[in-house]
Amino acid sequence: MAKWGMAIDIDRCDGCNACVVACRAENNVPIAGPEQTEKGRAIEWIRVERHVEGEFPNVRVRFVPVMCVHCDEAPCVKVCPVSATYETPDGLNAQIHPRCIGTRACGQACPYTVRYFNWGEPSWEAPLEQTINPDVAVRWKGIMEKCTFCVQRIRRTNDQARDEEREIRDGEVQPACAQACPAQAIVFGDREDPESAVSKLSESPRAERPLEELGTGPRVVYLKKGGWGDGVRPGSSD
Amino acid sequence: MTASGRDRAIEESLLRPVFETGRGVWITVGLLVAVIANGAYQWLLQLQDGMVIAGMNQPVYWGLYITNYVFFIGISHAGTLISAILRLTQAEWRRPITRAAEAITVFALLMGSSNVLWHLGRPELIYVPLLSPQLLSPLIWDVVCISVYLLGSITYLYLPLIPDLAILRDRSPRLRWFYRLLALGWQGTSRQHQLLERAIGVMAVAIIPIAVSVHTVVSWVFAMSLVPMWHSAIFGPYFVVGAIFSGIAALLIAMAILRKTFHLEAFLRPIHFNNLGLLMLTMACLWFYFTFAEHLTVWYGNEPDEIAVLNARLYGPFSTAFWSMITCCFIIPLGILSFKRTRTVIGTVVASCAVVVGMWLERYIIVISSASYPRSETMWDGGVYTPSLVEISLTAAEFAAFVLLFIVFAKLFPIVSIWEIKEGDERDIDAVTDILERESPGGAVRRPD
Repeated sequence: MAKWGMAIDIDRCDGCNACVVACRAENNVPIAGPEQTEKGRAIEWIRVERHVEGEFPNVRVRFVPVMCVHCDEAPCVKVCPVSATYETPDGLNAQIHPRCIGTRACGQACPYTVRYFNWGEPSWEAPLEQTINPDVAVRWKGIMEKCTFCVQRIRRTNDQARDEEREIRDGEVQPACAQACPAQAIVFGDREDPESAVSKLSESPRAERPLEELGTGPRVVYLKKGGWGDGVRPGSSD
Repeated sequence: MTASGRDRAIEESLLRPVFETGRGVWITVGLLVAVIANGAYQWLLQLQDGMVIAGMNQPVYWGLYITNYVFFIGISHAGTLISAILRLTQAEWRRPITRAAEAITVFALLMGSSNVLWHLGRPELIYVPLLSPQLLSPLIWDVVCISVYLLGSITYLYLPLIPDLAILRDRSPRLRWFYRLLALGWQGTSRQHQLLERAIGVMAVAIIPIAVSVHTVVSWVFAMSLVPMWHSAIFGPYFVVGAIFSGIAALLIAMAILRKTFHLEAFLRPIHFNNLGLLMLTMACLWFYFTFAEHLTVWYGNEPDEIAVLNARLYGPFSTAFWSMITCCFIIPLGILSFKRTRTVIGTVVASCAVVVGMWLERYIIVISSASYPRSETMWDGGVYTPSLVEISLTAAEFAAFVLLFIVFAKLFPIVSIWEIKEGDERDIDAVTDILERESPGGAVRRPD
């Protein structure tokens, strides 16, 4: 069975936010509006952070897409009193929405702050309610939600491959963010397969795992600093 | 005065507050009910609209409700733990204060755990953790410990109440059926007394580890996570010390109010305030020691994520709360309670009020400041926590309900244990007679037989 993982090349990210929009459309992420966003209540399964490095005049701004890193040893899984969040056999940290009772312990325990709570009833202003993706459940007030690595796409591809009696090909599953990224900065695939792009990128000297020192074992790898020319991305070179 | 005359006088003055209710009590009850009604209304609004009307956000997923939860469960240590320790060490001065302490425990626990109801995103599913618990979650440990503690402290409040319930059954002008039911056919035989004493003894021993476990586990809800300045091994004992500390303060305030309004000056004497004051002084020093050790370690370690929280406390947005806490929890009680001259009824009450405020601030700072500075490199605009109307209303309602429950209890049952006072009285008279007989020169002559 595949163990899913992701590599994000932040040297390629220009902060266009296409991933954020794609994720919102694919996963029925509700729109909070400016007032609630100001209060820190926006839901963004993926968000683009701006990290400023260095001091004037040698300043560099990096754009960093941030989402749930689907930890190997997830702090959120441990603290949930009702097992509403758990780890699937193929290495996803899944959230069972109907089971969640809203203690928000997972949100508080997550060192990456990538779990989002439905503070109120989610809503879509007309005509956006007609864009809702039928493959993904709409959540309701009082529960947690977060990035699923587009589990609906993984399952669909899984079924398809099984019907055709073959393995899933590298790059066949693409989460909405990876699919929408014009710079191809986001690569998704099987971490267990040493030949997959995501495995090779994870071996790159540019690779680092966020807050790895905490021992959470994040399954999202960031590539940065540039100039190393690892050139393993299919159909492109650095 | 003869022995039976003394007994009757004790009974009269302790039953008077149960049988007679002045206008002041009714006015207070009315005000408290109004505050509770407002809280209930605000909660309805929150149920309707969701947590969006509370002040919480990302990254401060836990706010005032969790603060109050920790605070009230801390207050609950007043009782049972203090009363159990005093009973076990046979401190005679415990007699007039154990019942009030035990009542505080039960009501504070009820108030503390009710916060879960307003805190949950889906309170209608509050029973789910009981049906399918995930045993690795510290929240489940909490559910277990607090349930055991609640049952234990209700038992521990009830057992020593039985002989007094029998007195009420025989003497009360109203609700006799109620007292008869609760008195379990108490006749005051020596066999019954023996059994009761043994049961109380067992409960007093059992309740101490339970109480310690409760606040330790409450601290583990925080300490088990990797959040900066929560992830600390010292948290268990630190929370237990803070709990006993705030518990004593709450008890002292309750005693002072009872003494004044119920005219119990003869029972709740300056010596009781003096002794509890000394106990509180000890806890103030212990509390400061823990606080100092905790913050010094973080400062010296200089780990960036932890320092962000520490700086927010020492100089940042939480500095007012932090330094008020240090003043209220250490400087004020130390200044007042260190000197015999100021360790009076008024002195200890002033110190206690400071401690209650300070300990609430401590819980607030621990919960909110760490939650506000998560480990993730927050280059995004996270929320800043400000308590909202619904949270403040529910906090006020909790305090009001706590006081109301206490008043109702004191109006139904004698708030100072009648039989234990009598027992102590007899013991004192026996001891004095004994001394007179054995040691005073005329003792042998005065011997009656």
